[in-house]
Amino acid sequence: MSEVEEMLKRIQGHKGVIGIIVVNSEGIPIRTTLDNSTTVQYAGLIHQLSNKARSVVRDIDPQNDLTFLRIRSKKHEIMVAPDKEYILICIQNPSDN
Amino acid sequence: MPVAAKPALKKPVDTMSSQGLASKKASKGGKGKTPRGKDMDDMSEMGEVGDEWMQQKTMVKPDDQLELTEQEMKEEFTRILTANNPHAPQNIVRFSFKEKVFKQVASVDQLAIHFTLDGNMLHKDSDEARRQMARGGLAEAAPSEPAVAEGEEKAEPAAEGGEGEAKPEGEGGEAEKEEGATQTAPAAKDGSKKLTNQFNFSERASQTFNNPYRERGTQTEPPPRVNFSSTANQWEIYDAYAEDIQRQEKSKEKKGFRGQQESTSRKKISAIESQGDDISRIEKPAKILERMVNQNTYDDIAQDFKYWEDVSDEYREQEGTLLPLWKFSYEKSKRLAVTSICWDPKYRDLLAVGHGSYDFLKQTRGLICLYSLKNPSFPEFIYNTETGVMCLDIHPAYPHLVAVGFYDGSVGVFSLTEKLQEPMYKCTAKGGKHTDPVWEVKWQKDDLDNNMNFFSIGGDGRVVSWTLVKNELLCTDVILLKLDESPADGADGTQLFTLGCGTAFDFHKQTDYLFLVGTEEGKIHKCSKAYSSQFLDTFDAHHMAVHSVRWNTFHPKIFLSCSADWTVKIWEHTSNMPLFTFDLGSSVGDVAWAPYSSTVFAAVTSDGKVHVFDLNVNKYEALCEQVVVTKKKTKLTHIEFNPNYPMIIVGDDRGYVTSLKLSPNLRKIPKEKKGVEAAKGPEVEIAKMDKLLSLVREPPPEKK
Repeated sequence: MSEVEEMLKRIQGHKGVIGIIVVNSEGIPIRTTLDNSTTVQYAGLIHQLSNKARSVVRDIDPQNDLTFLRIRSKKHEIMVAPDKEYILICIQNPSDN
Repeated sequence: MPVAAKPALKKPVDTMSSQGLASKKASKGGKGKTPRGKDMDDMSEMGEVGDEWMQQKTMVKPDDQLELTEQEMKEEFTRILTANNPHAPQNIVRFSFKEKVFKQVASVDQLAIHFTLDGNMLHKDSDEARRQMARGGLAEAAPSEPAVAEGEEKAEPAAEGGEGEAKPEGEGGEAEKEEGATQTAPAAKDGSKKLTNQFNFSERASQTFNNPYRERGTQTEPPPRVNFSSTANQWEIYDAYAEDIQRQEKSKEKKGFRGQQESTSRKKISAIESQGDDISRIEKPAKILERMVNQNTYDDIAQDFKYWEDVSDEYREQEGTLLPLWKFSYEKSKRLAVTSICWDPKYRDLLAVGHGSYDFLKQTRGLICLYSLKNPSFPEFIYNTETGVMCLDIHPAYPHLVAVGFYDGSVGVFSLTEKLQEPMYKCTAKGGKHTDPVWEVKWQKDDLDNNMNFFSIGGDGRVVSWTLVKNELLCTDVILLKLDESPADGADGTQLFTLGCGTAFDFHKQTDYLFLVGTEEGKIHKCSKAYSSQFLDTFDAHHMAVHSVRWNTFHPKIFLSCSADWTVKIWEHTSNMPLFTFDLGSSVGDVAWAPYSSTVFAAVTSDGKVHVFDLNVNKYEALCEQVVVTKKKTKLTHIEFNPNYPMIIVGDDRGYVTSLKLSPNLRKIPKEKKGVEAAKGPEVEIAKMDKLLSLVREPPPEKK
């Protein structure tokens, strides 16, 4: 259990990472390192997008499944790692020097 | 009412009339109008009655009567007669399930039913009537007709007789006749019923007072509603089927499974697991996320790893470069030297690093870290050990088993799938562990009993074979590294051998039993697993300890050795003299052959340099000599080529493992002719080597 906690801490402390959000299958954020309003916004929007992306992948081939989703924007990159019950979202600024 | 009123009124009128008369007469003065008086009396009686009545009418005024002004009194109010039912409710509200609100019903039923009577007349041609008649029977129809006729006849004389009688009676008679007829008809049907007298029979009906109906209704609260939505995609259907199949398989397993208790206990365990801490269930996505973050951070390195080819190599024929890629380190390993590195044979991105200390005086704990190329910032697996790890090897067939040799002479086998910090198997002091540090371990093929086994070589001069039997390690001495040919005489007359110190060994790729042993004295022994007391051959290779011996990847006769005496030597195992000797200017920590070419090898030295040679290109010099460490005074301890990718990893004594990409010049596969693609394969490599050797070798004697 603590291994996972440490892993999350490591990710949070990694270069350029702005924040991490853990969202459950209903779109409710469980754990976050960002402020409340941002978290709620990200959780709701990303959760829908992730489900849609997964639906796309699986519709094409039901034996396939979504591993991860990256949304790169001008300012930063949103990385989404979906799971059966949870979705992990991480916002990183990749070119942060 | 007026008829009744009059006698009632008369009494009071009489009393009052006398008073009134008296008063009136008194008032009028009695003008002798007696006739009028009489009339007046008569009339006045009436008039008085009327007066009194009227007076009574006007005099009474209730207290709470509205005081209205004259204008208001003249105001006209229109009154409209409507057909509305005063008893009907005016506002009925119903819950609309469609709109989920309470809504007023627009029009309320104004129909008021005062009396209903259900009739029981049937049309004689209707089904029911026919059925009844059928029940009664057609035979009955015949008597009913004459009965009716009789009735009519009776009625006629009755009617005739009763002409003078009042009409209602005649009508009554007719009614009676009808009744009689209907009565006689059923009577005739039954035959047993008493015939009622049609003249005297009268029916009386009365109606009770019907209570007025009131309608009452109740409405329950609308049930709570929840929105439900779902999709039916191809994958959802697939999932449902997959689940179903799983369930079926499980039920089949349970049927075949004898221990039902175990299955229930499994259920309990699985239930507990599912209720377990939430955080642990996001382990997998957290891992993926970590790798993604790392990929972003080290994006340029990853791109280089995949795609970078040093373009300048085209202009430099005999030179190559090493491009530094990732650097693996773990915070707790920074004090420890890298004592061993090994690539995982199955998972192409996994590498194992053993940490320990080469310093005899500073012996602390050890560490085993397994890194993945996908996550260079943190190891995938970490094992802490009490003593320094000197060597490790990953089983080629079972990549979760790692054999480890320790500084204290013991060996152990770690299993990566078990979440233990302890080795799964560990040898004991009784079990024949080495009395000096174990310098190398190597997995071998499974023995005849299908038990896994590995070899280890230690500083105590023993080469030991360890077999994994159930939970133990059984050891067998394979060979003892005796120094002298002749044994010294011991006290009891037994023969004592002085044992050398083994520092390196390597097994032949093709012939299983053949292996080489390097010693601290600088000798290399060629041994066979079959002969435990004698060496097949000995090479006086170096002046100082041999750090590493390696058989060539392709050519069966060539091997490399490196030593602390700054040299790297290439040998053919049939000859006593080295074919090539290279002086690298500093103690050589390790050498390795390239997996893709029989003529390429690399060496690392304690001055932090990596030397890469390609004998096909340049027999005397390295193609590349590059310092790969950032701090001076860092010694490089080990080197390994990646079997799949063009990269090498180098371990140093500060606990870092650096990965480097080989430039194209260093991975040349020579072309036979221009335009023809070079054939790949061991045969070609061997031929290449042979060609090379023929240039170097002295003309071989006839035997060889």
